[in-house]
Amino acid sequence: MSLLEVRDLQVRVDDREILHGLSLTVNEGEIHAIMGPNGSGKSTLSHVIAGKPGYEVTGGEILFRGEDLLEMDPDERAAKGVFLAFQYPVEIPGVVTMNFLRTAYNAQRKARGESELMAPEFLKKVREVAKRLNIPQDMLKRGVNVGFSGGEKKRNEILQMALFEPSLCILDEMDSGLDIDALRIAADGVNALRAPGRAMVVITHYQRLLNYIIPDFVHVMSRGRVVKSGGKELALELEASGYAQFDDAA
Amino acid sequence: MNVVIAKSETRRMESDIFTSIRERLPGAGKVAEGRAQAFAAFERAGLPYRRLEDWKYTDLRVLMREVLPLAAAPDAEALKRAEAALASLPAIDASRLVLVDGVFAPSLSDLTALQTGMRVQTVREVLDDAGNAARGDLLGNGAVSDAMIALNAALATDGAVVTVADRTVLEKPVHIVHVATRSSAAAYTRSFLTVGNGAQATLLESFIAAEGAKSYQVNDAVIVSVGDDTQLQQVRLMSDSVDAANITTAIFTVGAKARLTTFNMTSGGGLSRYQGYLTFAGEGSEVSANGVNLLNGRQHADTTLFLDHAVPHCMSREVFRAVLDDRAHSVFQGRIIVRPDAQKTDAKMMTRALLLSDEAEADNKPELEIFADDVTCGHGATTGALDESLLFYLRARGLSEKEAQSLLIQAFVGEAIESIASDDLRDVAIATAQRWLEMRG
Repeated sequence: MSLLEVRDLQVRVDDREILHGLSLTVNEGEIHAIMGPNGSGKSTLSHVIAGKPGYEVTGGEILFRGEDLLEMDPDERAAKGVFLAFQYPVEIPGVVTMNFLRTAYNAQRKARGESELMAPEFLKKVREVAKRLNIPQDMLKRGVNVGFSGGEKKRNEILQMALFEPSLCILDEMDSGLDIDALRIAADGVNALRAPGRAMVVITHYQRLLNYIIPDFVHVMSRGRVVKSGGKELALELEASGYAQFDDAA
Repeated sequence: MNVVIAKSETRRMESDIFTSIRERLPGAGKVAEGRAQAFAAFERAGLPYRRLEDWKYTDLRVLMREVLPLAAAPDAEALKRAEAALASLPAIDASRLVLVDGVFAPSLSDLTALQTGMRVQTVREVLDDAGNAARGDLLGNGAVSDAMIALNAALATDGAVVTVADRTVLEKPVHIVHVATRSSAAAYTRSFLTVGNGAQATLLESFIAAEGAKSYQVNDAVIVSVGDDTQLQQVRLMSDSVDAANITTAIFTVGAKARLTTFNMTSGGGLSRYQGYLTFAGEGSEVSANGVNLLNGRQHADTTLFLDHAVPHCMSREVFRAVLDDRAHSVFQGRIIVRPDAQKTDAKMMTRALLLSDEAEADNKPELEIFADDVTCGHGATTGALDESLLFYLRARGLSEKEAQSLLIQAFVGEAIESIASDDLRDVAIATAQRWLEMRG
């Protein structure tokens, strides 16, 4: 059974169809890159998989380990192991990062029928992961993402990914707003989380990110569909020839 | 026509209430005369209603309708129920005064080992002491003329009179607890706190209901004098029964170079009004007046603050938050008066309401009356729902809808709660907010 199976997905926003029958299969341990021009529907796909409100699925299905993902609330999806690293992580003033991490971590464990982790135990765990990702301890005491730089926000996403140990990670435009050094730190963090039981879907506009996170498969999206799939060499091809060639295909 | 008849019937009933209980009220001679005058003032005005600008959003003729008879003095059974209710209070080591249905209950209070420099009496004992020349002043309301405090002066049965001597730093907070045990009856209380020059004190006030106490009325007055170079922190937690009415008037007079922090949290009461009158009487002082309303069902809670910058070089900050669910209604009125002499005044007021339901209502009425020309004054108000993008972020991380809402609500009210300097009392306020969130189910 595939980890993620998207079949003929059709999605509308405000009476406008964004995805017109998109299909995608992701197996455990695989890294997929989804590339495409702005407005091709890449972010819509990531939002629909995570369960963001405001999207109307008018056709098709999304199966996660064979279960109907579209029937689940966003928090149920998270507990099942779906993780979306946001393109623009939100700032939450007044909610201390450490408190947020523990609440989320324990909510997921509770939903899976596992015991909750006590504060000291959890603190130790977070500190270990933060150290590995080069995240300063004082960031954990601040409001979630409040006053964080672009790079810090992305590292905070990867910190959560490392803590929650999801089986499907969707990285939505992880490279946006990052300079080359910040990008390298973020990509190193992601690479450290590669594991046989974990799949990743890397959504990006630019080939650049794929120099750091090497995908097994590359899919090109245009106008709400996957128009071409191939190996990692497809990304380089696109870098040379651009997305214009796919406009007609869509 | 019908309305007029109904009104006069209500008034006749109110008049009967005073006549029938006069003899139960402490204080003879001048005190009794003062009560009769105060009651006459109340009778002339009647219950405040919407045509009075200060009561625009809280029409007591509609919401309260009538003045209930005075609650019977607590008997052994009432005291037992009150004692059980005290278990819900935070475990704070304090000098505790408990008033049950408006009467001081020594058996439930803890006034042992009072610190030197601190004096505690009851209003009843002072009023009944014919030799005390100051007793006549106890029922005066200073410059405040309001029908509800006039009613309080007429009917007040008891309260605390706490004096902190100059340069005394209180080690423990003073905790005044109001417990209601009777249904469909009223309690009138009035307390005094005088904090001397250079002294430091903390006042905690709690309003709670014994199990089964319903549809009662509370009318409380707190009259506070803050000396020069004095620090006072006040925290008030109102958790009355959700079908009770609580009308409280707080009058603060602040000396020079003093610091006063007030925090009021209203989570109980079906109808409530907290009206605070704060006056700067000395230069170089700072006041921080903050509050949180946590309301659901059909609760109506009104916070009205009058801040009088009567002298120059004073600073005031007001931070107010309301969280409203169901058909709840929150009112915040903040008037700042800057007198002609009060140059270099720095006054700011910020109020925000969070609506969790389409049917909830928040009214904000800031009023700035500035008569001096070299001042910094500002106010802001916002009303809105929880941010959907924040909710989705939290839910995508595994929090249920309720958990995500709770976390964001805690953060929202946290901005006002953070003003409480004492760690213990801040934790008490946070715990009260958390309990409210858990009760939302």
